[in-house]
Amino acid sequence: MRVIILGCGRVGSTMARMLEREGHEVTVIDWNQDSFRRLDTFRGKTLVGSGIDMDVLRKAGIEKADAFVAVTNGDNTNIMSVQIAKEIFKVSKALARIYDPVRASAYKQLGIETLCTTSIGAGLMTDFLLSREPRPVMEYCAIESELNV
Amino acid sequence: MYVMIAGGGKVGYHLAKGLISAGHEVALIEKDKGRAAELFEILGETAVRGDACEVRTMKRYGMERADVVVATTGDDEDNLVICQMAKQRFQAPRTIARVNDPNNEEVFQRLGIDETVSSTKIIFNLIEREIETDQLVPIAALKRGNIEIVEIDLGSDSPVLGKEIGKLGLPPNTLIISIVRDDHALIPHVNTELESRDSVIALVESDQEPALRSIFVGER
Repeated sequence: MRVIILGCGRVGSTMARMLEREGHEVTVIDWNQDSFRRLDTFRGKTLVGSGIDMDVLRKAGIEKADAFVAVTNGDNTNIMSVQIAKEIFKVSKALARIYDPVRASAYKQLGIETLCTTSIGAGLMTDFLLSREPRPVMEYCAIESELNV
Repeated sequence: MYVMIAGGGKVGYHLAKGLISAGHEVALIEKDKGRAAELFEILGETAVRGDACEVRTMKRYGMERADVVVATTGDDEDNLVICQMAKQRFQAPRTIARVNDPNNEEVFQRLGIDETVSSTKIIFNLIEREIETDQLVPIAALKRGNIEIVEIDLGSDSPVLGKEIGKLGLPPNTLIISIVRDDHALIPHVNTELESRDSVIALVESDQEPALRSIFVGER
């Protein structure tokens, strides 16, 4: 699979190495050249630039990508870049990591694939603390709306 | 009208001020603590501190009764999300996004933002239009505007193509000082023939400018 990862922080760099080890063709984009130090032995392509710039995305090969993942530390950057990938470049699998549970569920309703690591983390840790069995991940993503009921 | 403005930079601030003096109710939301305090000093309770991308902030300052939401921050991704969330969560009747990078205007439109304002694009368009419809651009004014140096780009429909400069019947007190052809500047002679895509640099008395224009560009 040809995968583009936007954001080379802890999550992005780990995913890049995992996917590469499983034989996928990975390109990593980050604003900051320095972030690529986290990639260690990674041999795929890296690109310095903004993930909401269509020219940068084209250079990263988005027109032929099978998947796009946005894991920068900015929710809005992730949201915008995934929408560009999905709506403009028709990437079949596009996923945004979002910290804000409210934004995550709002965009899910708009048809954007989101994963809210805040809800997942809080849910998992709460269950662990209360000695409960962990639940399927997607159940955690619905926590925020449960809390608001 | 109740207008919610996200982003208290120059654009947001002047917009808020203008709307208030026109009698509208305004909430100006600014994320930065220091800037929000500054705005509070000037605008009072109209200026509030908060992250306009957060639903909690939107709710707190009455997004559900806003007639218009304007996102004026310096970050396009924030402006996009503010407008989309206002529509998705609060059914805001009208959202307007400022676009900082002109390339994003197309993106915003394709992502369904109904109104965008791009100051960079507006200025660019004004200048471009000026050049395109006139084909004659003032480069410099001398003697308090009495004499001008102008540049005329010859299009493929210019009436002077193939003609010698000496036979153009130039207006009085006009001097062709250079012809830029294929990136080379030539010193023209009376028998220099003009070609399509030439750039003609001329010194002209201001009141002769219309006559010069009609010779090179033709009547429109």
